[in-house]
Amino acid sequence: MIRNPKDLKRYTAQERANHWVVGISFILLAISGLAFFHPAFWPMTQLFGGGVWARILHPFLGVLMALSFLSIFFRFRSLNVMTPTDREWLSRAKEMVDGNDHDMPEQGKYNGGQKMMFWALALCMLLLMVSGVLLWRAYFGFPVELVRFGAVIHAATAAVMIALIMVHIYAAIWVKGTVRAMWYGTVTRAWAKQHHRAWYRQVTGK
Amino acid sequence: MALQSLDIARRSATTTPPPAVRETTEVAKLIDVSTCIGCKACQAACMEWNDIRDEVGTNSGVYDNPADLTAKSWTVMRYAEVEEKGRLEWLIRKDGCMHCADPGCLKACPAPGAIIQYANGIVDFHQENCIGCGYCITGCPFNIPRISKEDSKAYKCSLCSDRVAVGQAPACAKVCPTGAIQFGSKEQMKDYADKRIGDLKSRGYDKAGLYDPQGVGGTHVMYVLHHADRPELYKGLPNDPGISPLVSLWKGFAKPLANVALAAVALGSLFHYVTKGPNEVSKELEDELEKEDAQ
Repeated sequence: MIRNPKDLKRYTAQERANHWVVGISFILLAISGLAFFHPAFWPMTQLFGGGVWARILHPFLGVLMALSFLSIFFRFRSLNVMTPTDREWLSRAKEMVDGNDHDMPEQGKYNGGQKMMFWALALCMLLLMVSGVLLWRAYFGFPVELVRFGAVIHAATAAVMIALIMVHIYAAIWVKGTVRAMWYGTVTRAWAKQHHRAWYRQVTGK
Repeated sequence: MALQSLDIARRSATTTPPPAVRETTEVAKLIDVSTCIGCKACQAACMEWNDIRDEVGTNSGVYDNPADLTAKSWTVMRYAEVEEKGRLEWLIRKDGCMHCADPGCLKACPAPGAIIQYANGIVDFHQENCIGCGYCITGCPFNIPRISKEDSKAYKCSLCSDRVAVGQAPACAKVCPTGAIQFGSKEQMKDYADKRIGDLKSRGYDKAGLYDPQGVGGTHVMYVLHHADRPELYKGLPNDPGISPLVSLWKGFAKPLANVALAAVALGSLFHYVTKGPNEVSKELEDELEKEDAQ
């Protein structure tokens, strides 16, 4: 059901479903991972049925996220190639953050910030996956020196990724009219014209 | 087993002080390698007292049996054949948990109360709180804890905390036929070690000494070694063990830093919204598109 037939399609159903699988697995991983990281977050293991279940489930959720992220990565990789316009946008990102976005360079489907986010998350995902396998003692037995290194990488990368996702979620809340793209795939023409004018021109031909 | 609830010095994954009002004497086990005959009575006593029976293994051509520590073998004798000054020396070391004053296992453990350090120095695993992640193995500088394949819990020598709690010596010390395993207060054990070291020196082992590594704050299982300058001769006893800097970073500095950083991002986002307001689609653009539609 489309609220306004003139709304623009930003994401297909498959893309949205893929994003939700990544998102749900990320949230479950973040809360169980934080519980292992700091005692302050330990009570969150109760959401999984206790510490043992959290320990059992965390790596499997990690596999799910790695695979679904890989799928997202290949879907959107070509749309996230950095261009000189993106660099100009990034150099003026402060104006954007201050709320003065009307003079920003015209952006395609993604702006420079979103593209940076994409590549930073991809790097985090890679590091988390490799270091996570090192820590998965139920099925693997790596030399302890490597496991110690993996533990530091896993914890540090996870903290960075959680921070990046907080920014990702906040940006979607801050820019009004964005979240609906994640729910049912469309955005208004005015939204597209304001935030992604080059993409607006491309899809509307105006 | 949750024993001696008032005598706790440290509790894993706990940021508030554990119950610790009672003053307890620090205990220690002293293993005099020079008087050990490798009879394995300690291994048998350990199995018997703790009611654990490891699977019968296979002979791998050496005396070591079982070949390594397991979830069901909390102590093993390790036999090293070393040539010193043209003579063969058979160095036999009873391996097991060292009960570090600064335990890497406890530092790494994410499960509250799964690892307890009693005020008397014993480091004990409470399997009912263990989640089986194996972080204790990652944290240990001596490669001691083992995860059971049956229940995925970590196990190691408890220094017979249940016996010590009622004034008994650990089973291995009780059974040792040559007195190579002594048990008492840490001070007493150091005094006893001094005598043994003096005796060894008088017999030509001028490098004899006590193994009580300070890198882990000292241990509550100590060795008298004939070659204290080269502990690695004794089947790889580490020369200067300590908690790995990576483990200290991971379970030390990184924890508060990451928490503060994440809180800063969350609060920063909230206050950005409150101070700058939402980024809404401009009214002009909406009107402009409406006009286009009307035409």
